[in-house]
Amino acid sequence: MSELLPTIWFTLVAVLWTGYLFLEGFDLGVGMLMKLFARTDRERRLLLNTVGPVWDGNEVWLVTAIGATLAAFPLWYASLLSTLYVPFVLVLLGLIFRAVAFEYRGKMNNDQWRQRWDLAIFLGSFTSAAGIGAALALTTTGLPLNENGDRVGGPFVWLTFDALLGAAAVVLFCLVHALAFLVLKTDGPIRERARGLLLRTLPVAVVPLLVWAARVYIADGTAWTGLLLLAAVGAAAASWFAQRAGRDGWGFSWLGAALAASLACIFGSVYPVVLPSTLDDAFNLTVENASSSPYTLGLMSIVAAFGVPLVLAYQGWTYWVFRKRVTEQSIPDAHSVVPL
Amino acid sequence: MEALEIARWQFGITTVYHFLMVPLTIGLGLVVAVMQTLWYRTGKEHYLRMTKFWGKLFLINFIMGVATGLVQEFQFGLAWSEYSRFVGDVFGAPLAMEALLAFFVESTFLGLWIFGWQRLPKILHLGSLWAAVLASVLSAYFIIVANSWMQHPVGVELVDGRARMVDAWAVFTNNTAVVAFTHTVFGALAVAGGFLLGIAWYHLWKRRHDGLDTVDDAGSVIVGSDPSGSRGSIDHSVWLRSARIGAVVALISFAGTAASGDLQAKLMFEQQPMKMAAAEAACHDGTGFSVLSVGNLGSQNCDDIVAVFEVPGLLSFLANGDFTTEVKGVNTLLPEYEEQYGKTLPNDPMYGERAGMDIDYLPVMEVTYWGFRIMIGFGVMAAFAALVALWILRKGTVPESRWLMRLAVFGILAPFGANSAGWIFTEMGRQPFVVAPNPDPSGIDGVFMFTAAAVSPGVSLAELVFSLVALTLVYAVLLVVEVRLLFTYVRGGVASAMPELAHKHDDANSPGGKDNDDVLAFAY
Repeated sequence: MSELLPTIWFTLVAVLWTGYLFLEGFDLGVGMLMKLFARTDRERRLLLNTVGPVWDGNEVWLVTAIGATLAAFPLWYASLLSTLYVPFVLVLLGLIFRAVAFEYRGKMNNDQWRQRWDLAIFLGSFTSAAGIGAALALTTTGLPLNENGDRVGGPFVWLTFDALLGAAAVVLFCLVHALAFLVLKTDGPIRERARGLLLRTLPVAVVPLLVWAARVYIADGTAWTGLLLLAAVGAAAASWFAQRAGRDGWGFSWLGAALAASLACIFGSVYPVVLPSTLDDAFNLTVENASSSPYTLGLMSIVAAFGVPLVLAYQGWTYWVFRKRVTEQSIPDAHSVVPL
Repeated sequence: MEALEIARWQFGITTVYHFLMVPLTIGLGLVVAVMQTLWYRTGKEHYLRMTKFWGKLFLINFIMGVATGLVQEFQFGLAWSEYSRFVGDVFGAPLAMEALLAFFVESTFLGLWIFGWQRLPKILHLGSLWAAVLASVLSAYFIIVANSWMQHPVGVELVDGRARMVDAWAVFTNNTAVVAFTHTVFGALAVAGGFLLGIAWYHLWKRRHDGLDTVDDAGSVIVGSDPSGSRGSIDHSVWLRSARIGAVVALISFAGTAASGDLQAKLMFEQQPMKMAAAEAACHDGTGFSVLSVGNLGSQNCDDIVAVFEVPGLLSFLANGDFTTEVKGVNTLLPEYEEQYGKTLPNDPMYGERAGMDIDYLPVMEVTYWGFRIMIGFGVMAAFAALVALWILRKGTVPESRWLMRLAVFGILAPFGANSAGWIFTEMGRQPFVVAPNPDPSGIDGVFMFTAAAVSPGVSLAELVFSLVALTLVYAVLLVVEVRLLFTYVRGGVASAMPELAHKHDDANSPGGKDNDDVLAFAY
């Protein structure tokens, strides 16, 4: 019974991370594709405006995941962030540049201005995706923590194969997820190009994510997380076939399901550990020893039971309001701001 | 420098910088929402133009607040892991609620507002702005609940050396939080008032400078127009109304900050007497408020501090509401603190190399003394300027003086200065504690934390230096970019936010309706 509330909160944190990668996944990917995929300035603006009204709301999933971790698992929050100090600072710098660039890029009609912000969007999106991928992989595979939960070793001791795997998993997932999003949200030649590229890259791009899930499953998995791993593989395959059949919505949804199943497999396998220590299992942070008091978790549960459905409702409504496909023709001409 | 100092500088820089954007977001957001409401109800073109113009400046600033706010959510874990472990059970709750209940609403509905012109029904579009703006006010409440708990910890008990929440009601209705929230919201409105007044003044001046507006013998305005007609009487009305709204908002918010600040000071004399003694550079016990003290403010030798000008009885009035009660000075308080909380840091591994070091209970007095006075001084100056401006504006325009216009624009900075100084005062004045102990009977005894114990033990000096330098440089560059962009949009007048104005005659009214439905009303 005493583990019920921490378990609910562990699940909720995992759901918040899944929601974050599902939603911001495509706007991080769109940010990278503005450099890698779009060919003209109008195409770059087209891409940017597919996520224009929603990217900021998507990003709050990250803020909430971090805030919920502090409220529900202060020891997890403290150890994860302080141990991964450098990558999280880079993630923050990336997110800062990206946010400002989204808003400021169109505020001046000037090529050099736009090019600089395009670079900021690309680097910011890439750095944030890679850093968050590395951090999530490491919280499931372990960090060298002492008994107080502090890092043993230098600033880059976290830079392991698992960190790179997680970074690759999230970056590549964001890229194909964004292509699937563009197929769903745009019309005209760019949509066909996005679908073509998606069909060629999807089978490779999901591999690091599935490998990460498989590694965690092999290390700590159970029967039901094994089923989730199979489900993830199946969903990724279904996504590819749906895209080939021209079913945009199904293709996008199946890819999202592959992400959700992978993360469910990963978090489900490591449970009840939230952050393993690679030095000694006795130093592992678990749902029990890292969590807040039942009083705080109970209070937060009431707030979440009220808040989370509300967020889903109005964010869903936003997507419905802006459901119309964006085309090159729907982008207005850039205008200059001239002094009086 | 050691890690602790770098971490403190980093927290100070990132938070003060973030709080340059936040008050403008909260204050201007409320004002723009009122403007749009007036447009919705009256349909008058000048209210639409005001909404569009000020709304554009609001957005340019808003995004900087969002971007720098991200750092806040992470930095307790990054550089202050021991703090997070100690307080997470109680401190995390308001932060998580802020994200879940306020930030989601703010960002989602602002997206709807920015892109929803002509796509949403007018009432929903207006409602979206109100939702976003009220959520930003709500977020201020949550974060101030968290901060106030550090100033005045309530609703917890100490379990295994950590603060554990036992009474959420006490935490969320902390008297410190209620007055600090009120004070902060009025402070935010003061920023918006000055911003409106300064920029609108510039445009009224520009209209005169460009020969559009003139004055008759009585000094009353004769409104003119430019040849294209885009800067006619509606344009004049936009700036005159904005300037008047700005001045009135500035005056109301001054009254609000003064009243709430007074309540806050009275609480603080009880809850953190050392902070208030340090705000006064009050060496002895006494009743007088120092208007100017010189000498070595940080000295505990009272001969080193000379109160040049004191108002008798005022300090007692600030603290207790009478003119005679003696308020404890530093020399009385220091031995009390040392007796209760020790002379040296305990020999506990959590203090690392700092264990056993002497504790200095006196905050940096130069900072607290001047921070307190700069806050009040800038606030009073801005209110006085607003009063004078309102009087000058009675004739419907401003004088041609370029010097006066520059003063009005420069004056925008005063409320920003007051806000920053106030926060620096209250945070530096809490030192050496990160969670202040409670001498006050309503507080919890024994729950406090020294800042020296709060820093992350596993993070190296090199990492902290890297992040301090990187964040500071990025912030400096972005501040230049933001201010340049604001200048550009201000100079462009209403047309910078309504490009359609450049192509059509003024006074011909209402855009929208006949636009091509396939083209987005707004796009990045």
